[in-house]
Amino acid sequence: MKQERILMAHGSGGLMSQRLIEEIFKSAWDNEIMAPMLDGAVFEIPAGRLAMSTDSFVITPLFFPGGDIGKLSVCGTVNDLVACGAHPMYLSTAFIIEEGFSLADLRRIAGSMAATAKETGIKLITGDTKVVEKGSADGIFINTTGIGVIKEGIDLRPSRIVPGDLIIVTGYIGDHGLSILAQREGLRFSTPAVSDCAPLYQLTTLTDKYQQAIKCMRDPTRGGLATVLNEIAQQAGAGINITEAAVPVSEVVKGASDMLGMDPLYMANEGKMVLFVSAEASHDIMADLKKIPLTSHASIIGEVTSTATGMVLIETELGARRILGMLEGEHVPRIC
Amino acid sequence: MCLGVPAKVIEIRENSTALVDVNGNQTEINIRLTPEVQLDQYVLVHAGFAMEIIDESIARETMQYLEEIMQYE
Amino acid sequence: MNEISQYQQKLLQAIQKVSKSITLMEVCGTHTMAIAKSGIRELLPENITLLSGPGCPVCVTSQGDIDAIIEMVQIKDIILVTFGDMIRVPGTNSSLQEERSKGADIRIAYSPLDALRIARKNPHKEVVFLGIGFETTAPAIAITVEQASAEQLRNFSVFSLHKVVPPALEHIFSDQEIRVDGLICPGHVSMIIGTGPYDILTEKYKKPCVVTGFETIDILEGIYMLIKQISQGEAKTETQYRRLVKREGNLIARQAIDQVFELVDAKWRGLGLIEQSGLALHHAYAEMDARLKFNIAEKAEIPIKGCACGEVLTGKIIPTACKLFGKACTPLNPVGPCMVSQEGSCAAYYRYTPWKGSNK
Repeated sequence: MKQERILMAHGSGGLMSQRLIEEIFKSAWDNEIMAPMLDGAVFEIPAGRLAMSTDSFVITPLFFPGGDIGKLSVCGTVNDLVACGAHPMYLSTAFIIEEGFSLADLRRIAGSMAATAKETGIKLITGDTKVVEKGSADGIFINTTGIGVIKEGIDLRPSRIVPGDLIIVTGYIGDHGLSILAQREGLRFSTPAVSDCAPLYQLTTLTDKYQQAIKCMRDPTRGGLATVLNEIAQQAGAGINITEAAVPVSEVVKGASDMLGMDPLYMANEGKMVLFVSAEASHDIMADLKKIPLTSHASIIGEVTSTATGMVLIETELGARRILGMLEGEHVPRIC
Repeated sequence: MCLGVPAKVIEIRENSTALVDVNGNQTEINIRLTPEVQLDQYVLVHAGFAMEIIDESIARETMQYLEEIMQYE
Repeated sequence: MNEISQYQQKLLQAIQKVSKSITLMEVCGTHTMAIAKSGIRELLPENITLLSGPGCPVCVTSQGDIDAIIEMVQIKDIILVTFGDMIRVPGTNSSLQEERSKGADIRIAYSPLDALRIARKNPHKEVVFLGIGFETTAPAIAITVEQASAEQLRNFSVFSLHKVVPPALEHIFSDQEIRVDGLICPGHVSMIIGTGPYDILTEKYKKPCVVTGFETIDILEGIYMLIKQISQGEAKTETQYRRLVKREGNLIARQAIDQVFELVDAKWRGLGLIEQSGLALHHAYAEMDARLKFNIAEKAEIPIKGCACGEVLTGKIIPTACKLFGKACTPLNPVGPCMVSQEGSCAAYYRYTPWKGSNK
């Protein structure tokens, strides 16, 4: 059977564009807001403050163990909204597709976006598609922008962090980065690691419940846990102390990191969150996190201090403390 | 100078290659430099090659100086 | 606390009891990294100093060689295959990372055999493997070259920057300005070359050498063994890394190096020209020597103003004593190679600085 492909005409705005939208996107995402097919989405929002976040997704390969670019593009924006303390509500999306891209793959990507959105309870309400000439893009690029509503009393930001607060990471780190790396051409190894790509919308129950105790959240995507901790230390004007042994890293990720000369603390995650919480509530928050399957391996990895402000210190296995810096340049495999 | 990781040989293949395992991660390596290597042995892998066979009878857990240190305490 | 941590603490306590002032050098960059990462340096008493030696292949590559590679990648239809380590190293005016952004085809590989795959796939391009590293890595390149020769893969060549370790150690021991009481010798280089070369050094210079592994427990044991020898006035070669290092090394690997390479004089950053310390492709493999194939002339060394990588590499100063350290020269914006390479002493100091008191 001949494989159907994206043609320049699919981006012309004419009949073929219309058909593409009807057949692939609308059938996957249909909802009452998208249905009238207006130039933009028109919708109601509940009273309260809004959070808005945008992100563009480029990834090789497009399909990987644990997800694909479609799922990733929904999770990424959903998790950013959740990190703001918001309940994710609406999502817009824009595609830049390379001429010749497989329609079957596009259908699969649109389908996984729909499935992830449905699971999260977020609605895809408007979108756009552009087609570029072969060679002008790497298959497909996806942008998503999300809007969420923040309940009254919730105020997550680094400036609320004070010395004594504890730091929680919601599970094992490095799996996404490793699973993508293993798919790259040139690195010929296989790994049981699966991307942790997941929408963390259930964390909104915690941000609602612990309005005062949860001070700030951030998802450690590119640059990994080390980079996020450094950003927060700088923004909060506080010091951060973490214990190496408390950071959850699987044996698989440890082994592959040793083999490739990489460091899990700098590897990307797509389904993890870092929480800064008051010490008093940390026990209850941990108990609640453990009840949610996606955060059941949560661990308290360290605390906020008033010394060494703007820096992250890590206590090694031997009991020494060293500075944990931000990621510099590309994180590439090496031999020495 | 030279990163190396211990890996277990789980399959010996044609053309001087072997499949090795590091905590569940698997990769094919060249074993030209350790031709006598056998299944289930550990090798030190560097740049895609088995560089040497690891002598498991001298595991690091032997802690060769423990007794000596204890004597002086 | 498990058995291993308990033993590590015991070793540390034993080391901390020594009152004599002792300076040790870890020759190997992987040791520098491991020491920094585990925080060993911070836990050593003040009378025990650990210097970092010239054992980071990226760091000791001369500026002229880096400039020569950068010139080569600008040639049309060349695909340069390199270990990730080299991608950010700054030459006089550019780096491989910058050349890649300008359109040069530069690919990162984990094994030199990957370069053969790329060469087979791209018969109309010239595939050059950037050979860098000491005796640990050289056998892998040697086997790769032999394989390419057997396959008659005519579009494959190697740009060899390989160096050997013993001449550099001799250089350090014979330098009157460098005070080193003992060497933590490189475990993986020794796995190939064996311990014979250290016997010559210990005999001639009366300084102990201990071939050491890379785990925290290995390094602590290695330091303990050196201190014990020094305290007892001994100077012999010992092997801590017994599970891997044999007296004679790996004979097959040594043969592979001898067959494919020949010893030549080589320029080391910081140490200058050292006789018979580099590995160039043997005459028999001249057609696979990228320098000859693409007629790459030797480049003059343009010193970088203020950069003290040379002094750092020979242990004359510690990285923080360089004027540029942490100011003009950081891992994000490296001036010298010691700040680029993950295992460069400057980068290791910068990244893994032990935390001592106030940051003000």
